[in-house]
Amino acid sequence: MSEDLEFAFALVLSGASIGLMYSLIALGFVLVYKATDAINFAQGEFVMLAGLIVVTALGFEAPLIAAVVVVVLAMIGFSFGLEKVVLRPLLGRPVVAVIMATIGVAAVLRGWGPLIFGIETRNLPLPIGDEPIAIGPASLPPIQVVGAAVALLFFVVFNWFFKKSRMGVAMRAVADNQQVAQAMGINVERYFALAWAMAGIVSALGGVVWGSMLGVDVQLALVGLKVFPVVILGGLDSIGGALVGGLIIGIVESLAAGYLDPYVGGGTKDFAPYVLMILVLMVRPYGIFGRRQIERV
Amino acid sequence: MFHRESGVFKTSYGADMALYPLPIAKWTVVVLALIFVVIVPLTVHEYYLSILNLIFIAIVGALGLNILVGYTGQISIGHGAFMSVGAYTAANLAVKLGLPFWLTLPAGGLMAALIGVIVGMPSLRIKGLYLAIATLAGQLIIEWTINHVPAISGGAQASIEVGRPNLFGFTFNTQGRLYFFLLFFAVVAIVATLNLVRSRIGRAFVAVRDQDIAAEIIGINIYRYKLLAFAISSFYAGVCGVLYTYYFGIANYEQFQLIVSIDYLAMIIIGGLGSVLGTIFGAIFVTLLPIVIRIFMENVGSLFFTTAEMANVISGLRLGVFGGLIIFFLIVEPEGLNRLWRNIRSYFRVWPFSY
Repeated sequence: MSEDLEFAFALVLSGASIGLMYSLIALGFVLVYKATDAINFAQGEFVMLAGLIVVTALGFEAPLIAAVVVVVLAMIGFSFGLEKVVLRPLLGRPVVAVIMATIGVAAVLRGWGPLIFGIETRNLPLPIGDEPIAIGPASLPPIQVVGAAVALLFFVVFNWFFKKSRMGVAMRAVADNQQVAQAMGINVERYFALAWAMAGIVSALGGVVWGSMLGVDVQLALVGLKVFPVVILGGLDSIGGALVGGLIIGIVESLAAGYLDPYVGGGTKDFAPYVLMILVLMVRPYGIFGRRQIERV
Repeated sequence: MFHRESGVFKTSYGADMALYPLPIAKWTVVVLALIFVVIVPLTVHEYYLSILNLIFIAIVGALGLNILVGYTGQISIGHGAFMSVGAYTAANLAVKLGLPFWLTLPAGGLMAALIGVIVGMPSLRIKGLYLAIATLAGQLIIEWTINHVPAISGGAQASIEVGRPNLFGFTFNTQGRLYFFLLFFAVVAIVATLNLVRSRIGRAFVAVRDQDIAAEIIGINIYRYKLLAFAISSFYAGVCGVLYTYYFGIANYEQFQLIVSIDYLAMIIIGGLGSVLGTIFGAIFVTLLPIVIRIFMENVGSLFFTTAEMANVISGLRLGVFGGLIIFFLIVEPEGLNRLWRNIRSYFRVWPFSY
């Protein structure tokens, strides 16, 4: 391969693995939106909270596996409680109210999280070494490989869950039409809670992999800003869409950083995804795989 | 004697829409004017004047956001960016062309209105969540652009220093002088909003908010009014940004980040969506809160934290309390402080014969 091609390949590879890690977080957003129609602007803060809990648990000399179990349980409990305390009372209120309530949750987590768990940036070491793993002519840091693998694993599991398992089918029914689902004897409230709990699990693992890659502090919450381009591109209620959207955003961002940064002095990585998102919003607001059910004006 | 009413006896639309529903309201305004124009600047210490100045600026910006969110029912998470557009427009005009503030101020507002209309364009096709995300993208793109284009941001620090506003050789260079400068614009913004929301345009906004399809059927061009709402709202935001620039003497993008947009959303939610008085309450509340937290922490918190930790603790506490208040008001009292005030007032209005 020529040098140009190799460069492009390396960019695409790294973008794809980062993109898969984005889709892991976006998955939490999609699960909640799909089942409950609630919009979670605090997804990034969920990830931050999970990261903070993990490093705090590790700080108490807990083994990694125990820390992961703790964070999964804590995030399930947290998102469960959040649904009960904040989102349940807002049922039936305009969508703007829900959006602003989750923005409020984001602010609370950003404010109190570091106060409770510590302000300084901490490392979250995973036992995977830092020797880059060679793939073809390019190589990836192991954490990105692990993150991408975790994301893919989740997609397989959730795919099975929604297609085959009884609970998954019931959840799809709830997402499709709450009243009919209720008439069929499905406990809708329980599935709302379940959706939030699943979002909690996803955020917990997202917190572990992202925290390990970027280090854990308040800035970790900024990852959540990338969720919106991913879910808009893929479609808000599509799990496959989160995967494809994540891949596209990751690759676009990586290519933009590789080819445009030298000309504009850096930072295109944080810019290109939003431009792409605005274009998608104008042309195809329901995304690639989303249901065409946008309320038009 | 006290003027007491015993019910609603309005017989014309004119009376119903009047700015002064009761004769006593006129006197209230006169008294308030007297307090703010004469008594406060003569008696109040400079430090407290500086707080009042910040409140005045916040009122302008929050009124703009409330026109959009509270009255028209559209959402914007990009108001911080609209402010930065106004701020940098004014700063560039003032520094590069040497224009006086009475030209740069409307120019900043108009530029922000233009950008606001562009960012609000998606509102014609989509709403709710999608609009929130589109304005969020607008915020991030504008922030990035200002930070990365030296022609706008004026170089490495992305900040431009601006001289104090100057009118007929009189320079507003102390807190006491800036007080009058900012008071003037806050009052203009309040009166303009009060008149806007009871005019044809304001009523069209409310109709679009309450039920856009019905609004379209009764002959309101909702495309036009939505864009108009974005334009007016971002004009206020732009003016607010210009005022910040002149107040601090510097235009810096760090003053207008995403967090500022959320501060302003907090103001209008805490104060009361769709209410001018509520906006003023919200602006006062949100401006005072960090100051109160700081004073509290400096006195109490110093027992627990070192000085180095204090800055982080205060900023964290501030954000956490804001978020908590947003959630609290959304769930418990969606109409905000304004509703609390109205409850108190209507209790005393017919006191002591409330039945």
